[in-house]
Amino acid sequence: MASAALALALTAISSTLAADTPDPVADAKAFRNYFVTKFPNVKPEDFVNGPYALNEDMRRQWEEKEQFPPYEFSLEMGKEMFAKPFRNGKSYADCFPDQGIGIRQNYPYFDAKEGKVITLELALNRCREANGEPPFSYVGDDMAALTAYMAFTSRGKPFDIKIPDDPRALEAYQNGKRYFYTRRGQLNFSCATCHVQNPGERMRAEILAPALGILNAMPIYRSEWGGMGTISRRLTTCNSQIRGVPLEPQADEYRDLEYYLSYVSNGLPISGPGSRP
Amino acid sequence: MNMTGFKTTMRLSILAPTFVLVIAATTSVLAASSEADFKTAYAAAEATNKEAGRLRNQWTVTAEALADARKAADKSDFDRAVASAKEAEALAKASIFQATSEKEAWKNLEIR
Repeated sequence: MASAALALALTAISSTLAADTPDPVADAKAFRNYFVTKFPNVKPEDFVNGPYALNEDMRRQWEEKEQFPPYEFSLEMGKEMFAKPFRNGKSYADCFPDQGIGIRQNYPYFDAKEGKVITLELALNRCREANGEPPFSYVGDDMAALTAYMAFTSRGKPFDIKIPDDPRALEAYQNGKRYFYTRRGQLNFSCATCHVQNPGERMRAEILAPALGILNAMPIYRSEWGGMGTISRRLTTCNSQIRGVPLEPQADEYRDLEYYLSYVSNGLPISGPGSRP
Repeated sequence: MNMTGFKTTMRLSILAPTFVLVIAATTSVLAASSEADFKTAYAAAEATNKEAGRLRNQWTVTAEALADARKAADKSDFDRAVASAKEAEALAKASIFQATSEKEAWKNLEIR
């Protein structure tokens, strides 16, 4: 009797420990399974198209809109900006592997030297500062244009986010996961409230996008904004909408969140820049 | 004193302090808030909201209530200023409660 009780207790302890120990591979598998099961008629690679993958009417409108996409001006501007040398003669291409072309799917990455997550937006501003240029606003049009161009050169390439064998990387991943599921703001919403529990449902006039593949389409042109928005803009706006005070763009929490969300969408193609209602 | 007189005196002696209490309470409710009351209420709300900030979980509505309190105080409407400051403090306390309880509760939403 005593040994049976001991075995039960040990099983309970080990299952609790398992729940608290991050396992990104298992997380990503469970994450994908959840959405694929919830939406059995949606092809996995189609989740990157957000609400258009879930609503036939919206999809038709979007497909027509894509013939003259609203992000086109921003994309052109980003291409020009990317090619234009800095005042010291160098350019963005000098800061990135493969001259910055077709690399979007590798961001964010964990930088072992710094011990932190580096997003594409952060890397672009660091490139500017290293070359004597002032940083762009993380929520402004310039950053959106640059990331739009870089995403465009990666279209179709699957997200390939790596978590190196480094406890700090695992901690960053876990912090991002915690942020994603933590309720905040007066409305007491977490990111998951909308994008896990209610994708496909309406929130006022919007149809909520699934969390799977949600960053693959970034940056996005939003009709609601009447312009382009970076990942930083999207995250800070989400916080305000639930009546939470947003953190500063590129705060550690947001960088870790982007790391987590990108990792669990590994294998899905980059589709940015995108457009949303 | 006959029995009826005694009863009347007793009733009055019980009722009198009750009247005093009611009048005192009414007076304190009706009493206009002072600038000092506002400063005390505002400082308490601000300190609580700062604690919410330390937990990285401030609410926009708290900031709005604090701004409303300041605006009312600028117009010397200290009743409204105190009421808004107290509302801000209550909201900040709620945001702290949320941040504290979510330290573990977030796991309940996790996809496994």
